[in-house]
Amino acid sequence: MGLVVYLPLALPALFAPFAGPLAARLDPVHATWLLTGAAVALAGCSTLALGLLAAAAAVRIPLVASLGHWSLPVLGPDSPPGLAVALLAGILLGVAALTVSGFAIRRYKALASAYREARCLPGRGQTVVVADEAADAYALPGRPGRIVVTAGMLAALDEPGRAALLAHEQAHLAGFHYLFTTAARLAATASPLLRPAARAVEYTVERWADERAATVVGDRRLVAQAIGRAALAAKANRPRRATPDALGAVFSGTRTRAHARAGPVPRRVAALLAPPPPRRLVLLTAVIALVALAGICALIAANDLQDLLSLANTHHHH
Amino acid sequence: MMPHANPQPPPPPRRGAGELEAAVLSVLWEAGRALSPGEVQQALTGQAGAPELSYSTVVTILSRLHAKQALERRRDGRAFRYVPVADEAGLAARRLAAMLDKEPDRQAVLSRFVADLSGSDEQLLRGLLGDGGQEGG
Repeated sequence: MGLVVYLPLALPALFAPFAGPLAARLDPVHATWLLTGAAVALAGCSTLALGLLAAAAAVRIPLVASLGHWSLPVLGPDSPPGLAVALLAGILLGVAALTVSGFAIRRYKALASAYREARCLPGRGQTVVVADEAADAYALPGRPGRIVVTAGMLAALDEPGRAALLAHEQAHLAGFHYLFTTAARLAATASPLLRPAARAVEYTVERWADERAATVVGDRRLVAQAIGRAALAAKANRPRRATPDALGAVFSGTRTRAHARAGPVPRRVAALLAPPPPRRLVLLTAVIALVALAGICALIAANDLQDLLSLANTHHHH
Repeated sequence: MMPHANPQPPPPPRRGAGELEAAVLSVLWEAGRALSPGEVQQALTGQAGAPELSYSTVVTILSRLHAKQALERRRDGRAFRYVPVADEAGLAARRLAAMLDKEPDRQAVLSRFVADLSGSDEQLLRGLLGDGGQEGG
């Protein structure tokens, strides 16, 4: 197990800066699948690499070696990784296990309460209009999921705008978008270098729903206008809500360079006003190759450790 | 003018505390005026297949709903009369808002139509929507 074990740890750092640009350039359905899949796979590989580093040191502890019937001379006392590296890997692994389980519990509770709420909302239709003057609209995951729209939001939109809003939220529910964002967040919790990828997925599912809405209402510009009006109305009604920092910078060519520090809403509107995104197979292939590299390296490292252990085991018996 | 969620027919009778509260609330919504606990009990017993509720149970449920600020009460002689604070949809909205505050991860599982705008976002957005749709910026 040589340097190959470190590569899966480095690849998330290499991938992260490209998450935002990929989200801006790819077809949103492709981007969502690709970024979520890559984040989960890279997080898995880097966690496996940490585990291998820690395990390689653990088997050299005499008590563990005797329990595993491994010959210490064959394992070698000071082959890489060194004890300090292994200890660090073990600590990182422990921290990751804690934060991941904390995240999983929080997210499970939030989803369970959303499901409960979706079941308890009045009426039987998918859409619930609440008598609130503040403009707001969201989809609640559930079985079935529900769409909550305030009277203030309906008042801010014209009839085609309302159709666009409903098509957008229906696309979230039909596509189970919360599963993508949850999986990507889980990956970013295990491997914090992947946070830009998780933010990118949260953006691409919005783009996915926007493009779906554009298909349903048959007019991209109309959806862009509805998003813009809704956002301005929501802002007018809710000055008290803190505005978040601009989501990860996006720099995708000349068109969106001006929006490099823009929040998600202007970027979504700009994307809808521009022509539909093309399918870029080269970019897709590049990311898949990167993920495959991480996987192969992690497997080689795992295989090396396994070979060493079985060799040590054979010698132990002789 | 808005298609508000229709006032629901009373939910099917089940024994959970939440279900009883919902049944009591729907009686009050349908009445459209302040009711005494006795009148609420009467209306509940009138429902087909409803569980037999004692007067004190109804009073308990009403006080609980009042404590949750779902009902207002006015003194009427020695008893109270109860009236819903808001219509059903308004209550749902308030309940949702209360839950939003409680659970940090909840924002993450709601798919909100539009995220909050920063000041510069707002300018950018007005520019995008105002330029006749020639280009993205």
